[in-house]
This record gives sequence, structure tokens and C-alpha cells, in this order.
Amino acid sequence: MSEFKPVVKPNHPIFEDNDPQDELVTLNLGPTHPATHGVFQNVLQVDGERIVSGVSTIGYIHRAFEKIAEHRPYYQITPLTDRLNYCSSPINNMGWHMTVEKLLGIEIPKRVQYMRVIIMELARIADHIICNGILGVDTGAFSGFLYVMQEREFIYEIFEEICGARLTTNIGRIGGFERDFNEVAFQKIKEFIKRYPPVLAEFEDLFNRNRIFIERTAGVASVSPETALSYSWSGPILRATGVDYDVRANEPYSSYEEFDFDIPVGENGDVYDRYMVRNEEMRQSLRIIAQALEKIEKEPKGIFHADVPAFYLPPKEQVYNNMEALIYHFKIVMGEIDTPKTEVYHAVEGGNGELGFYLISDGGRSPYRLHFRRPSFINYQMYAPMSSGMLLSDAIINMSSLNVIAGELDA
Amino acid sequence: MARLDNKTLLELMSQEFGGDVKSIDEAFGLLAVETAKEKIIEVLEFLKTHKDLQFIYLTDITAVHYPSQSLSIAVVYHLHSLKHNVRIRVKVFLDGGKPEIPSATVLWNGANWMERETYDFFGVIFTGHPDLRRILNVDDMEVFPMRKEYPLEDPNRVDKKDFFFGR
Repeated sequence: MSEFKPVVKPNHPIFEDNDPQDELVTLNLGPTHPATHGVFQNVLQVDGERIVSGVSTIGYIHRAFEKIAEHRPYYQITPLTDRLNYCSSPINNMGWHMTVEKLLGIEIPKRVQYMRVIIMELARIADHIICNGILGVDTGAFSGFLYVMQEREFIYEIFEEICGARLTTNIGRIGGFERDFNEVAFQKIKEFIKRYPPVLAEFEDLFNRNRIFIERTAGVASVSPETALSYSWSGPILRATGVDYDVRANEPYSSYEEFDFDIPVGENGDVYDRYMVRNEEMRQSLRIIAQALEKIEKEPKGIFHADVPAFYLPPKEQVYNNMEALIYHFKIVMGEIDTPKTEVYHAVEGGNGELGFYLISDGGRSPYRLHFRRPSFINYQMYAPMSSGMLLSDAIINMSSLNVIAGELDA
Repeated sequence: MARLDNKTLLELMSQEFGGDVKSIDEAFGLLAVETAKEKIIEVLEFLKTHKDLQFIYLTDITAVHYPSQSLSIAVVYHLHSLKHNVRIRVKVFLDGGKPEIPSATVLWNGANWMERETYDFFGVIFTGHPDLRRILNVDDMEVFPMRKEYPLEDPNRVDKKDFFFGR
């Protein structure tokens, strides 16, 4: 290994340039500021209330997940993915399980795929509730947030019923779920798809035609489809510009091709369109959940994982009483099972866009290299350039509508 | 035009670049090609602007470190043709002692932070990048932590070594 000396670059000039004689003021928005939901710092140069230029500094909660993942067996990486976009952890969990299943060539039973769809769509609704609720708070309307937040609590109760955790769920296993959904969980899911539409309608009544809300959001931070694609945007904010790219439709995973749902797109790519796209996506998610429940009824009961004893841990009581189970348990935990030496890229539609897992396996128990394509990280890089020329108050709303989650931004 | 398959894609690329682009892998239906760092911008531009291909979407840029190889750093580009809904992976192997490659920011604005992240973790110098600074790690860090020679934990700790478990 040849000696390689890194070049330590000086800080960006904007940090040093704070001349009191200057007309411009350097303003630190963040790292902790009530209007930035999470740890974001933007060093802005402002002329009065107008932003002249800005630089984002990120990495405040960087936890080196990619490095840690290289030292962990596959099944222990799931809790790391929880902490990427913690507003919709189940989507990250499922995305990771599906990546590993793709690598190992595991065929998942239909019932499990539908169960996963339900979980992922519930998580998407929870994610969009947060984003749109907070957008309301940032424009000065607090009550809408409280109405929908109650429903997010209900979604978390469903998650709790299924896996015992609420926020960082660690839900499911490679090969399926750790346990079947119980009756209460199914009842609660059915109750949710009944009780949520009126709440969403009430929420939309408060905002959609609200003059203050429209004046604060319409035309703010408008982005053309060309710019959005050039910045590799994905998710609701890309669709708000009019590009109908959704991983669920483009590269269906977990049987999404069997479901009937629409992909809402916007026209102007402004904050209002992003808000509308997210609201409509919640409706579509409810449609998908209803269809998934119907499909589950037709599948044989009680199947909640694939029959892959080499990768799916046996129940504990069998480990004590059954020779094969003991062997498989030992092999899985000790990482004795060979994996194919290959590379796989798998993407799922996360709450904020295309969440990709680029996994390189060298045949061992842990990845040789794992890279997360994190939508928040890629979406956020346009924030500082697009803020130039914007009013400070508009930039705040723009940030809420991008729905950047610090955990996913910094990984 | 019918759905673009990997064979046609590879043929189109070899017509343009001859032996400078070679196919290395087709696992899970995703074509992976390798090229040289002198050619990378031409290859990416060809993929992006060719009217039958239109890989206009840059999904991701990252790198991989293979310490046992003479060209030890692989820079990996994932592109997506939204028109055909086909992905492609482009790899360039670089000398680990002096990893330099032209920046893709001339083609995509979005390459900016992806390349900064790759620089931050692997030390790949993207020449022509407008603002190549560290992004997630602190500015005065002196190593590139995703390279394999930097261990995750205290190397003196022995209780987690593989030989204790017969591996």
C-alpha cells in the first residue's frame, strides 16, 4: 500500500467573510434552530430578509453506518437502517431485507409480500403526515398538525402490535417477518383505513383553499423538471415537478405490480405542489392497503416467512429440542453460511424518494461494501443554491417541504 | 423502440468506444461495464445524450476499496434511463496511491455532493469539481475512513477476533 497523504482543504470562504463594514450579514441558520427540524446548519449571507448566498454544512449526526455495516452480519444491519429515515423506518427495513433476499435468491411467499406492502404503505403515510403537518406549523397553522398527528400515533400502535417497537422498528427478518400479524393488528389496520380518510379530508379543508397557506406556498421554490432531474431528485418532490418516476411502478418489488394505484404528479414543482402530491399519495397508500388486505384473505393463513432454514432463525423452543434447528441456529448466528460473491443494487420508494442499497458481497457473513443511496442526502444538495434570492421565511418553508430527515442525510 | 436490453446497450457502446468499454458483470439483469478514467466523461456523456439511450438520471456515485488489487479504488456510477427504465453500472479502477478522476459535475449538478462524499470517505480526487471539501466528516480529519486499512474498532481488542470462533 503506497503512502497517501490527504489534502486538508481550508474551510469555505463564507465562514471567514464576516466583515462588519459589509452590507451583508452572515447568518447561521442552525445547527439547532426551532425552524429546522433536525440538525442542519446553513450559513447564509443575507441582505435584509433576502438570502444572497448560502452554504450547507452537514454531517452533525454522521454515525458511519457504512463502515459499521462492513463488520456486522447481514441480519444485524437492519437496526442500522432504522436510523436512516426514522420517520418511516419500516420502509428502510423492508428495503434492506429485500436487498439481501435478492442477493441470496430467496423467493418470498405472496402473503408475506402483501404484509410488507401494508407495513410500507403505513410507514409512507406516517412519513407524509409528519412532513405536511410540519409544513402547516411552519406556515403558522398549528391545529392541522395536531389532527393528523393523532393518526400517526395510531399507525405507531399498529407497528407496536406487530413488532413491539414504535419508531425504530427493526420490523421483519430476512426471509419474512419475525411473527404473524395478530388479530388485533389486522383489526387496527382495518380501523385505520376507515378512520383516516375523514381526518385527511378535514386536514385538507384547513389548508388546500386557505388563502394564507396558498400565498405562503404557491410559487415558492418552484423547480423545473430539468433542474430536478439534473440534481437527481426523487420522490414526492420530483413528482411535484411533473416527472412520474416512482420506484414502485418503474421497478416493482414486493408484488407492487399487482396493485392498482395512481402516481400523483404536480405541475410547478413548488411547495404547494409538493404538499398536494404528498396528500394524494396518502390516499393512494390507503387504496393499496385496502387491496392488500383483500389479497391476504385469499392466501393460506399463518404463513409469515419463506421456508429458508439456512437464513431464517428457527423458533427458540425448537433450537432446544430439535437437532436441525440447533444446527441452523448456530450456523446463522456464527455466520457459517456461504453467500454468493456478487453485487446487487436494490431500490425501494422511501418516504422521500429512491432509497437504494448497493451491496457487494465477498461470500462472507457481512457485506464487503454497503452503500446507501439516501434520498434526503441527494435531495438536500440543491437547498443552498436554490435559496439564493429567496426570502428567509420562504427558505424555511422550502426546507420543511423537502422533508429532509437528518438521520438519512448524514447516515 | 422496444425495451432496451443489455445486449443492444453493450453493442451501442462498443460501436462508439471499441475496446475502451468492456462488460464485466450482468448480475440480476443490471449491466456493469468498466472503462478507463480518461474515457469516463465521454462514456457518461454518450450514455446521457444518445437519443436511443437517454440515461439522464444519475442515481449514485460511490467507491469501493480493494486493497489487494494494484488499481485499488473502484469508482462506481449508477445511471438510470427513465425512458427505457433500464439501469447501468459504470466502474473505473484507479490507483489507490493517487486516485484522480475527472468530475461528473459537468454533466449533472447532482454529482457534486456524491463526489464530495466519495472524496470524504475514499480520498478520490475529482478534478474539475467546483468545491471538493469533506462533507460528512470533520474538516481536519486526516484519513479516509472507508478505506480498508482503517479498522472500525480498537485493533488491540482481541476478544472479537475471528479465530476465537474457529473462523
